[in-house]
Amino acid sequence: MSEARKDILKVAMPKGRIYKQASKLFREAGLPIPSDFDDTRKLIIELPEVGMEFIMAKPVDVPTYVEYGVADIGIVGKDVLMEENKDVYELLDLGIAKCRMSVIGLADWKPVINPRVATKYPNVASQYFRELGQQVEVIKLNGSIELAPLIGLADRIVDMVETGQTLRENGLVEMEPIFPITSRLIANRVSYRMKNEAIQSLCDRLQDTIAAKV
Amino acid sequence: MSKPKVFEKPIGVKDYLPGAVAKLRHIERDVLACMKGWGYEQIITPTMEYYDTVGVASSTSDQKLFKLLNNRGTTLVLRSDMTAPIARVVSSLLKESQFPLRLSYHGNVFRSIEEESGREAEFFQTGVELVGDASAEADAEVVALAIASLKAAGVDRFKIAIGHVGFLNGLFEETLAGRVEAQEQLKSCLLNRDYVGYRESLRGLKLEEPVQRELEGILRLRGGQEICEQALQLSADATAQESIRHLCEIWDVLKAYGVCEHVLIDLTMIGDFSYYTGMTFEGYAADLGFPVASGGRYDNLLSQFGRPAPATGFALKTTRILELVGAEEDTAGTTRVLIGYDGEGRAAALASAQQLREQGTAVITERMTEEDWKELGEGSFTYKGVAYTKGLPFIGGVEKATGGSKR
Repeated sequence: MSEARKDILKVAMPKGRIYKQASKLFREAGLPIPSDFDDTRKLIIELPEVGMEFIMAKPVDVPTYVEYGVADIGIVGKDVLMEENKDVYELLDLGIAKCRMSVIGLADWKPVINPRVATKYPNVASQYFRELGQQVEVIKLNGSIELAPLIGLADRIVDMVETGQTLRENGLVEMEPIFPITSRLIANRVSYRMKNEAIQSLCDRLQDTIAAKV
Repeated sequence: MSKPKVFEKPIGVKDYLPGAVAKLRHIERDVLACMKGWGYEQIITPTMEYYDTVGVASSTSDQKLFKLLNNRGTTLVLRSDMTAPIARVVSSLLKESQFPLRLSYHGNVFRSIEEESGREAEFFQTGVELVGDASAEADAEVVALAIASLKAAGVDRFKIAIGHVGFLNGLFEETLAGRVEAQEQLKSCLLNRDYVGYRESLRGLKLEEPVQRELEGILRLRGGQEICEQALQLSADATAQESIRHLCEIWDVLKAYGVCEHVLIDLTMIGDFSYYTGMTFEGYAADLGFPVASGGRYDNLLSQFGRPAPATGFALKTTRILELVGAEEDTAGTTRVLIGYDGEGRAAALASAQQLREQGTAVITERMTEEDWKELGEGSFTYKGVAYTKGLPFIGGVEKATGGSKR
């Protein structure tokens, strides 16, 4: 590996919805990232003109890549960070992909004898209900969480709410917001020190861009 | 969990094959020799200790300790680091020895791990403790020795980040006097490396504008000596000032050692507040996602063993360094010699082998026919999957050895 190659900043990017917003934010911060990658199927995108390399990852895997140091930094939702609990630096709130983690139930929800909560985020859900002093059975699902209360698998769910459209269409209500979610810039423990200049300057540019928006 | 398959071993433990062992021994030897050059003598302590003594005193959190019961029902722990056992030895067997004491170690330590994320349940550490010296010179000595040790281990590109727990303690005490909960919250954010949470907590505290800016500013206190100057301006608190001056002095000593190119000051880098009492540091190598060294000053530990004394030290994560520098290809391939012999030549062959071994050559002897021996060819060859050279001609009966009658 040449010296120049070693100094490339490896960025774990979440594929899909957050990627478009993140690459837009990067462009607003003055980094010439072509928009033609927004729908790419490439797994690794080299961007030598900005000294970066994007690793296109499934969002939930981003903290893992960063923790192991195969990516120096990454962009990931706070929901994933809360659930995965990885040892990484959480440097910046990017203010994109805004939504919230909430408890959701049927409009006519009443307390039940055996409370069951379906979710993609079992750690977050368990911790939340423990802090409330409630013992609930947490059921891990991988998608279409809204189905669970409709078909009687669970009486409530813990999931992300953006506009609430899906909930309304299915007769569900947001019972209680748990915490707000945005995407974050995270960094590996070692990279944060070994490539501090590059990371700090990116961080500053992004921070200025975000501050200018508010 | 289902019954383990025969090839499986508990999560987080490792086998080391000959190539890796050779390299590990190499690193161990070179690093310990380096430490010896600085006057540190190696000691060995037991793998098991009492939970109530070393277990409780160690910096490892309770749920990460491996606990077991002995036949009397007393709780034991597998040592989770070498520092607490050494503190025990310094306060008991070495009670009469004068300070400062310089001790080194190389050993396996154990941590019970929650999940599989590159964490190991058993790994090797090589390190030193310098007991009985509270000066900045002592702190700088262990940092400089950590740098020398990393070099001795074959790590080329690395950085050491130094911080001081006293700075943040002082700064928070000054800006958030009496607000213990708020202080704890901010420290816990920094400890979890959650800068977003730190900024949010600060906003939630509704501080005056300059104070808020000041506390947000510490996230940028990272760099060379100029950071010390900045930090001195930042807080007038006596503890904070004293900590920074101590750090400045360490920097000056390190400059005299000529190692500052490897060092950066990072005042946001904090270790466990309940354990470390002064300077703390971590070592990072390029191309490895996890720290390779950590250390700092722990002036409260020795008093738990009845001999209060200031102390400072560090541990290299030797297993990680091994991962970085890689295993050795073949351990003895170039020097391994095969001696073939038959029944009559046995005594002579084994005697020759012994002679070669005394000269430091690895020798393997095998009884075989002369025909088989000839088929191996001359010079270097592979036999049963192992690379050899032929050191001696076939040793057989007198007739055969001269090779005369067979032709």
